[in-house]
Formats: sequence, C-alpha cells, structure tokens
Amino acid sequence: MNLVRFVLARVGFSAFVAVIAAAFALPLLWLILAPFHDQATLSVSLPTNPTLDNFRAVFDNQFAVRALFVNSMIQAAGAMVLTTLVATLGAYALARIHLPGRDVFVYVLILFSSVVTGSAAMVPVFLLIFRMGLIDQHLGVILVFTGGLLPVALFIMRDFMQSIPRSYEESALVNGANQWQMLRDVVLPMTRSGMMVIGIWAFVNVWGSFLIPFILLRSPDKMPAATATYSFYTEAGTPVITLISAYALLYVIPVLVLYLFVNWKYGFQFFGGIKS
Amino acid sequence: MPSTHQDSTILTRRTGLTLLAPTFAFIGLFLLFPFVWVVAISFTDRTLLGAAAADPQFIGLDNFRQLFDFDSWMRSGEFGRSLVLTVYFVIASLIGQVFLGLGIALAFHRRKGFLRETIFTLVTLAWILPEAAIAFTWTSFLDPNGTLNTALGAVGLTRPDWLLDAPMASIVMFNVWRGTAFSMLLFSAALGNVRPSYLETADVLGANAWQRFRDVLLPMIKAQLATALILVTLWTFNVFTPFLLTQGGPAFQTDIMAIHTYRIAFRYFEFGQGSAIAVIVMLINFVLAGVYLFALKRGEGAR
Repeated sequence: MNLVRFVLARVGFSAFVAVIAAAFALPLLWLILAPFHDQATLSVSLPTNPTLDNFRAVFDNQFAVRALFVNSMIQAAGAMVLTTLVATLGAYALARIHLPGRDVFVYVLILFSSVVTGSAAMVPVFLLIFRMGLIDQHLGVILVFTGGLLPVALFIMRDFMQSIPRSYEESALVNGANQWQMLRDVVLPMTRSGMMVIGIWAFVNVWGSFLIPFILLRSPDKMPAATATYSFYTEAGTPVITLISAYALLYVIPVLVLYLFVNWKYGFQFFGGIKS
Repeated sequence: MPSTHQDSTILTRRTGLTLLAPTFAFIGLFLLFPFVWVVAISFTDRTLLGAAAADPQFIGLDNFRQLFDFDSWMRSGEFGRSLVLTVYFVIASLIGQVFLGLGIALAFHRRKGFLRETIFTLVTLAWILPEAAIAFTWTSFLDPNGTLNTALGAVGLTRPDWLLDAPMASIVMFNVWRGTAFSMLLFSAALGNVRPSYLETADVLGANAWQRFRDVLLPMIKAQLATALILVTLWTFNVFTPFLLTQGGPAFQTDIMAIHTYRIAFRYFEFGQGSAIAVIVMLINFVLAGVYLFALKRGEGAR
C-alpha cells in the first residue's frame, strides 16, 4: 500500500514537473532557434543549415545597431546611475537623520508609486515632459524612469543602510573628517554592494521596458531596442522575421548575463518581489 | 541610547536634507505632481493639437459623464466594456498565477538539485526577460503553425488561431506565464521558513498530503497569500504588455484598461478624456494599495 502511494506520488510529481517545464520552455523555443534559421518565420523548426546570416543582417542595419548599442545603453545606463545616486544619498539621510514620520515616508512612497503607474500615469507624465521640452530626448526617458524606480530603490537602500554600523562614520568624524569627506570616503565605499544591486535592478528594468520610450520618443534615431524591434518591416509592411529574431536574441543577452551574475553572487531571492 | 541622539552625532539635519533634496525633487515632479495634475486635466477638454491644446476649457464633470454614459459605455471599445474585460483578465490571471506559483513552490518544497534549479530559472526568466522580445516569441508560440498548436496537434486536439479566435484566453495565458515567478518565489521563500519538526509531527499523526497542506503549511503562508493576491491584482490591472500581442484587438476584444487608456490619450489624443480614465484607474489602484496596507497592518497585529 505504501509502495503504491509512493509510486503514485513519484509519477504525479514527474508529470507535474514535465508539464511545467514544457509550458515555460516551449514559448522560448522560437527565440533560441529562429535566429539561426536561414528562413526564419513565426513557426518553429530546427535550423537544418544553421547560419549566422541573421546576425550579420542586424549588424549591417545601422538603425538596429544604434538602437541596441547606443540608445538602449544611454537610457538604461543613465537611469541606472541617476537612480542609484539619488536613492543612495536619500536613503543614507533617511537612515541617519531624525525626521518625523520617516519610517512611514518610504511606505507611502511605495504605495504612491504603485498608484501612479502604467499608461494611466503616462497621461500626465507625457504632458509634463512635453512642457519641459523633453519629448523625443534621452533625458526625458531617463528622468521618467528614475522617478518611477526611485521609491523601491529607496526602500531597498534604506534597509541596506540600516544594517551598516555607525562606528566607522563616528570615528571618521572624530578624526576630523567633515561630513562630505565622511560620505565620500566611508559611507559610499561601504554601500557599494547595495548600490550594485540597485544599479543592476534599475538597468534591467529600463532595458526591458516598452511603454515609456514608446510614448516619449518619436524619431527613429532615439529609439531603444525595445521599440525598435517593432519597426523592422519590409516596404510591403510585413515584419522581417529573420532580422527580428536575431535582434531579439541579442537584445535579451544582457539581461541573461546580469541574471546569471546576480544569481551567482547574491542568489536571486534577493530580487524577489522588487521587480515592478 | 535613544536613536535620536545617535542620529544627530553623525549627520546634521541640514546635510541630511541636502542629501534628500534630489529625492524630494523626483518624487514631487514625477509622482505627486502628475497625480494632482491629471485630476485637473480631467475637468478640461484638453487635446494635443488644435485650439483645445493651447487653451483648454473647463468642462466640469463632462469627461466622467461621458465615461459613465450608461447607454453606450458597454459597447465594444468603450470604457465600461474595457472595465469588464479587465475584470476577466485580472481574475483569470490572478487564479492562474497564484495557483501555479503555489503549486510549483509546494512541489519543490524541501527539494534541492538540478530539477528545481531548472524550473525556477525558467519561470524566473519568463518574468525578467524584456517584454518586447518575449512578445515576439509568444506571437510565434501562438501562431496557427506555432509551437502551441504543434503540441496540441500531437496529442490530437484542435488547432485554433489563438490570437484571432481566443484573444482574451491568449493574453491570460501569456500573463500567467509572464507573472507566475513572483508568486512562486514568494511562496517558496515562505515555505522555506516552515520548521521541519511541524511536518514530522504531522507525519507521525498520520496526516495525508491535503491535511498537511491545510493544517501545517497554509497557516504559515497566509500573509504571503494575501500579499500575492493583492499585488498581482494591482500589477495585472495596470499591465500594458498584452498590447504587444494583440494591440487591444481584434475588434477591441482585449481592450483592457491599460490599453484603453493608451488608445484614448495617445492614439486619439483626447487628453481630457484620457485623464478622466487615468483618474478612475488611479482611484482603483489607490483602493487596492489601501487594502494591501490594511492587510499588512492586520497581519502584523496578529503576529
């Protein structure tokens, strides 16, 4: 009886795992196979003559190269640096000075950022960026992303700051450093790993987001890869699948690499729940 | 030592506020101001171009009256219809994501090794890979000759043209696939904190799998269950990504709220109308976030 139950449980478990694995892997199959297929279409088949021609086509396309290696890079790196910087300074201050309601402050921010979100938030944000004269500018995209990512970044950074002992800062002050020297030489070096986590998280978020650049950018030479993927059409108006498939794979690689890095260095759980 | 004393020895209030200034600037400009401004615009007839752009007129509640015009609001492509579609979309996605996430977390509870790593990596990648690339690979997956139909055909099932024949089912499937990782990671972390001795006691008492789940595991993950239910609802309500699969179509069948808002404001450039929708959406978000805070607080009180 026990043996039967054991066998049934094993079979049930294996079936469940097989179904889950298939359900989550099969949709990705096209992304892995099509880029190497000489006649890639939307249907999936094993490339019988594997080729790198599709990648060559990407690198021959100046618009594609610019979107991926220049525009996406500027916007993701820009928002990464700005978010990390602003969040680090703000979180440090929140952890070290006494403000009435500072503990509630971060929670209220998180709450607010999940209320002012998505395409609903883009309605006033678009008009704001329009007024600031930043439509179709990298800076506009960077600022809007930073504003959106900041609450969560602050939240994580503040947790991190509170775990740092105060004695280093105190001894720096005792030894005659002023507050800015203490910040530069003691605090920032100690928070490097927290900044790294926030930075990667911000980069991956901006790199993969579609809506904000889609709404704020107009001209092809400013588009990041996210929106550029949707502009590879023939003159007849059909998408150029060979080019798109190789491009999509190239576009995904930085996220894959960063995921593997984070997983190896911190374990992914740390990421859990903070991706918005 | 009281913390206020320690605080003041390290950072003066003035330096602290200087460090916080950029934070306040960003929050004020990109969170608070849009929130207030969108309410103001919703009372006007503002458009992007033309006379109403330069000099928008105050029209009171007209935009809202139009949204809730009960004669027409359920027509396809209208606000009420979009609300209904969004409710379907959110409930179906919610059930799918939370059950699947919980199922995977339970199946791999107290297991380690290659199989677990593989499944967790796959599910997590589905969550974090860029949406534009994912949308293309899903368009291929759902293609009449795509992988899904090949798999269905192999076991003798029908092969629909998913995005045309069952667009809502398609974006629900897509969204469940995309978002399950959150519930999975949340529940699996919570289950990791269950003391082995509890489960051993249950085994000694001869509990079956269901009893073990109901009496030992479920009480330990109640808080996470509430978190997942509310946050997934909030996120799904605002998600725009299905646009990349269906553009809200065919015939507005997947015109969920985020896509509807986009269409009114950025395709038709009706900013007054779009702002009214945005106000309603943010109000709903506000209620959901409030429920979440309330649940969090009650959870803390109970502990």
